[in-house]
Amino acid sequence: MRSRWGSVLRTPVGVSAAALLAAVLLLAVLAPLVWSAEADAIDTGSILRGSSAEHSMGTDNLGRDIFARVMVATRLSVVLALVATSIGVLAGLVLGTAPLVLGARAGRIVTAAVNIAVAFPGLLLALFFAVIFGVGATGALLAIGFAIAPGFARLTQTLVARVAGLDFVAAARLAGVGRARLIVRHILPNIGEPLMVNATIAAGNTLLAFAGLSFLGLGVQPPAYDWGRLLGDGLGGIYIHPAAALAPGVAVVVAGLAFNLFGEAMAKGIGRQTAAVPVRRWRRPAATPVQRVPGPDAVLAVEGLRVSFPGPVTPVRGVGFTVRRGEAVGIVGESGSGKTLTALAIARLIEEPGEVSADRLQFLGKDLRIGSGPALRRLLGTSLAMVFQDPTTSFNPTRRMGRQLAEVAEVHQGLGRRPALARAVDRLRAVRIPAAERRARQFPHEFSGGMRQRAMIGMGLMGTPALIVADEPTTALDVTVQKQVLRLLERIRADDSVAILLISHDIAVVREVCDRVLVMYAGRIVEELPAADMHRLARHPYTRALLAAVPDMTTDRDRPLAAIPGRPADPTRLPVGCAFAPRCPLADEQCVREDPPLVADVLGHRVACWHADLVVGEPR
Amino acid sequence: MASPTAAMAPTLERFADNVWLRFGLRRLGRLLVSVWVLLTAAFLMIHLIPGDPVRAALGIAAPPELVAARREALGLNDPLWLQYVHYLRDLFTGDLGVSTITGLPVAQVIGDRLPATVELALGGFGLAVAIAVPLGLGMAVLTRGGRRRQAELAFTSSSVLLAAVPEFLVAVGLVYVFSVALGWAPVAGRSSPDSYILPIVALAVGPAAALARIVRVETLSVLQADFIRTARAKRLPDRLVYARHALPNALTATITIGGLLLSGLVAGTVLVENVFAWPGLGSTIVQSILAKDYPVVQAVVLVYGLGVLVVNLAVDVTLALLDPRSTIRES
Repeated sequence: MRSRWGSVLRTPVGVSAAALLAAVLLLAVLAPLVWSAEADAIDTGSILRGSSAEHSMGTDNLGRDIFARVMVATRLSVVLALVATSIGVLAGLVLGTAPLVLGARAGRIVTAAVNIAVAFPGLLLALFFAVIFGVGATGALLAIGFAIAPGFARLTQTLVARVAGLDFVAAARLAGVGRARLIVRHILPNIGEPLMVNATIAAGNTLLAFAGLSFLGLGVQPPAYDWGRLLGDGLGGIYIHPAAALAPGVAVVVAGLAFNLFGEAMAKGIGRQTAAVPVRRWRRPAATPVQRVPGPDAVLAVEGLRVSFPGPVTPVRGVGFTVRRGEAVGIVGESGSGKTLTALAIARLIEEPGEVSADRLQFLGKDLRIGSGPALRRLLGTSLAMVFQDPTTSFNPTRRMGRQLAEVAEVHQGLGRRPALARAVDRLRAVRIPAAERRARQFPHEFSGGMRQRAMIGMGLMGTPALIVADEPTTALDVTVQKQVLRLLERIRADDSVAILLISHDIAVVREVCDRVLVMYAGRIVEELPAADMHRLARHPYTRALLAAVPDMTTDRDRPLAAIPGRPADPTRLPVGCAFAPRCPLADEQCVREDPPLVADVLGHRVACWHADLVVGEPR
Repeated sequence: MASPTAAMAPTLERFADNVWLRFGLRRLGRLLVSVWVLLTAAFLMIHLIPGDPVRAALGIAAPPELVAARREALGLNDPLWLQYVHYLRDLFTGDLGVSTITGLPVAQVIGDRLPATVELALGGFGLAVAIAVPLGLGMAVLTRGGRRRQAELAFTSSSVLLAAVPEFLVAVGLVYVFSVALGWAPVAGRSSPDSYILPIVALAVGPAAALARIVRVETLSVLQADFIRTARAKRLPDRLVYARHALPNALTATITIGGLLLSGLVAGTVLVENVFAWPGLGSTIVQSILAKDYPVVQAVVLVYGLGVLVVNLAVDVTLALLDPRSTIRES
């Protein structure tokens, strides 16, 4: 608790707010002692004077010094605000804990009344109560106090509901602790902090509200005066004597802000989490990529792709591969291996502050590294389709499904509203959405998960895609639906020879759909091999470990499943040598010292390992 | 394959209609309860005033016969339930009583004063939204992902400051700068079109600052959403990504708080009208409270209260239209 208050005072805003608040409170105590005589001294010889050496802000209509009056008014203004706030907080606490004390039925009536009262703005409630309690300081105190009570009642209810569900309260209740005791001993201490914060902010608002009521003539009555009264009296003469209206106005704003800012600083200090862990600098030259010329049928050619973020962190470090027409390529790896970032970088969807660089990034022969004009946007919008992991969050919840598909055709193919929608319905039909016409008029939340993902694929089919990048397209789906989505992707690929880049942590999914598999570890491709014969061909220890972790028909069911020991590499602190070395059973001194390059054999099978030809467990 | 789905369609459609119907009924029920509470509170307000309101209004010097006659005329000698029944009956026939000070029918006073207040409130709200939405959205786009820290700091601190200053102080400041010092605008009254400028600006500044902050925060969180990535993956132009996909989703949360601001703005007219001597309901209610003209006070409280309830209803309906999921959610 103390350290929290300390943290409030350590921020610049917290310190200045605290200093300002202390000054206001000090002034409230001292000002009447210092300036009272001057403030009340009537001097008919100098009425409504401007500022002079004698009166720094001039005089009012009885020749009294305005500066002194503003200073003296501090006490009454602050005291009234604090008393009104206390009334409001107390009334709010009573109303807010009433459901607990009175039991369910009476509690519901109180809650309903609070809910209705909360809907009305405070000033309106204050005017309502001011009518009942009468014009004057006491009436205004009660009026403002009762006006802020519903807000506090609501806050108390919310806080109590949160605390009342906790174990220790349930335990106390079971132990037979009475209701009143339960509230005072167990609940109030646990909701004290947020209440204090809100009460401080409320005190600032109360000060402003009181000034408002006094300004209207409904609050403090002469001969007593607070800032609102002084402001109201000064406003009439603002043409000849602006200081009389402005000085109390400035005082109200400063004092109100002192309370408000201090409350906000308290709220921040209490809500503050531990400071962010400093990020280590990562310094390591990129591994030289294998330069290869992409064939004429290459849909996508990537060389030396790097994605970095300020820190600096480089989660993708020199990735290179090619996807040919109609080919299905999978990227597998643990989470954090950089596969999703690779996909986003290819699709040019990495946002600032992320940075993408590449030696080659070609899509359908176009260099994606340069330019961003409408022509390139149209090419990507119609030829590169994206399917994301979570279909629930990947659709705009406020737009109808059909329109979300149709806008692709509207923007890129220049179709009108109706033809675009017709195409959207046709595409929904193509991904086997039943009753597509009606479904197109529905919102995403009315679709099931599998249907949403099929609709997402349908959205990619609005153009004539050459490549579908599917990032974990089945991870968020039920097992039964997973199959449907994968089969749909396969069918689209077969029908229109669309290339697919399938990203998954699930090696079984990739093996089922893809021709070729890229295995990523710590931002690099460590192996590239045909999907069909992975078990026999896998050479990198990491690939073999991944494969061993997947049970198949030949797995001995009496033995525990293999797991890869150790933790995935931390991109902020990568070793100099092979990133997998700390977890690798084959690692030796060379692996720790030097990062192995990605080397291709005659068949195009690539692997980055110093010991690619050794088998785990074999003596070297 | 086709026939079962076709047969299912009407049922599903009826269900969809039902969601809206249930939402409408639930919301209407809440509105009716609120209106009843408001009417009853306004009735009780007069009866909760300590002492005799007629005596208080007429002054201590008034002869007892006059007080008795006025009490009889106002029906204050009837039992409370009968007074309540008469009160409700009069309300529904549009009879709001007679001002005890001017002798004018209260309905006429309201009819004369209400338009000026509505003009102010709508103008203020319109201006606040017109400033806040583009400003908040623009600041969110400019400062997303921790960009332009300086601009962010300047925006947040100045908006906090502006939102904290109450409208009547803004009004006094505006009067000083633009009427007294520069002489650009009339200091008070409702006459020429330029007499609208300062009151409306005074009303709008605070809500605009508060709303702009909310729009920015909401937009920032929406810009992180997956569906924004989808929109960008569709290669929509930036303006469509922000206006069509980000903004409506940021607004659903904004409107809830914007509605609170609007009803606060309705109440704020009371203070601003008094600064500018604006001939609306706000100056009427203050004069009437001071003069203890209770029939007028009661009627103005009712009008303001109904205004707030209508605003809240409008907010809920707008929310439902913008985000259909909110019709299903329990309110």
